[in-house]
Amino acid sequence: MSTERPKDQKAAGQAALLSYLLLGVCFGFTLTKSEVLSWFRIQEMFRFQSPRMYEIIASAVVVAAASVALVRWVALKSISGEPISIPPKSLGRGIRYAVGGTIFGLGWALTGACPGPLFALVGNGVTVMIVAIGSALAGTWLYGLLRPRLPH
Amino acid sequence: MLSITSAPWPWYVAGPVIGLFVPALLIVGNRVFGVSSNLRHVCSAVLPGKLDYFRYDWKRIGLWNLLFAAGILAGGFLASHWGASQNVAISPQTRIDLAKLGIHDFSGLAPREVFTWSALLTLKGFISVVLGGFLVGFGTAYAGGCTSGHAISGLADFQLPSLIAVVGFFAGGLLATYFILPLIL
Repeated sequence: MSTERPKDQKAAGQAALLSYLLLGVCFGFTLTKSEVLSWFRIQEMFRFQSPRMYEIIASAVVVAAASVALVRWVALKSISGEPISIPPKSLGRGIRYAVGGTIFGLGWALTGACPGPLFALVGNGVTVMIVAIGSALAGTWLYGLLRPRLPH
Repeated sequence: MLSITSAPWPWYVAGPVIGLFVPALLIVGNRVFGVSSNLRHVCSAVLPGKLDYFRYDWKRIGLWNLLFAAGILAGGFLASHWGASQNVAISPQTRIDLAKLGIHDFSGLAPREVFTWSALLTLKGFISVVLGGFLVGFGTAYAGGCTSGHAISGLADFQLPSLIAVVGFFAGGLLATYFILPLIL
């Protein structure tokens, strides 16, 4: 029995990895069919000319919040057996959230895409977004380099 | 009758479905929904250098998320080949405003005048794709999350840092929309 266990765990781990891939496929499909990956929709949102994006974000947050509350209330464990928890983000001085958030917002409006949609756009054939992903990697790397010197 | 392959899904389908990815990932393996961490994982895997920020076990921490991102790409491909593709029906006022800025091709998901390989070395193409992408990568790393990690997961968990980040997202987005795009488009 005990010799079977590591093998079972490995199989379970691989099944979980496959589920993440499949969930990703569903998410990419959702991003496309909901059009939230479109530069045009992002412009419409930032110009306050349609409630659509706000309705989508707000209803996503409400459904996610209700689900998280429910998961906590029933003290659900994950399929992998761990107790479910969302680690709290430390506020610190809050500078990283305000400044980093604003910098990301600039990029969000310029590319018309946040990280999830960047991948989905490449899949949709907007292949020039591979360059945007490459740039985003460079940006993340530069943050890693400057991190000790930046206020957080 | 609504077909899942027809675009666009109405907001009351799109939003709740997006929200359900939060509990789905928690239930599968206690993972917090967020895409931008993948940029860090790739840096960690490819070019960690001597930077503390990239020195961790990216396979243990991030393999699941990299697979999720690969799935997003595949899902986009699937969606674009399954069901009739159509143009994004934005509001007439947005169309007028964008036309004034010089956008005339409203077909596809992003304007072809800006988001094609041949436009990459024009000013608008370079700033939108190269600089925009760079700011996305730097900003999400600095803020510790993007739209999925902060605006969906963080807000759903009532985390104040995420609320500050989301206010920042919109501040930056409005700045770019009203002050930068008119200069470059």
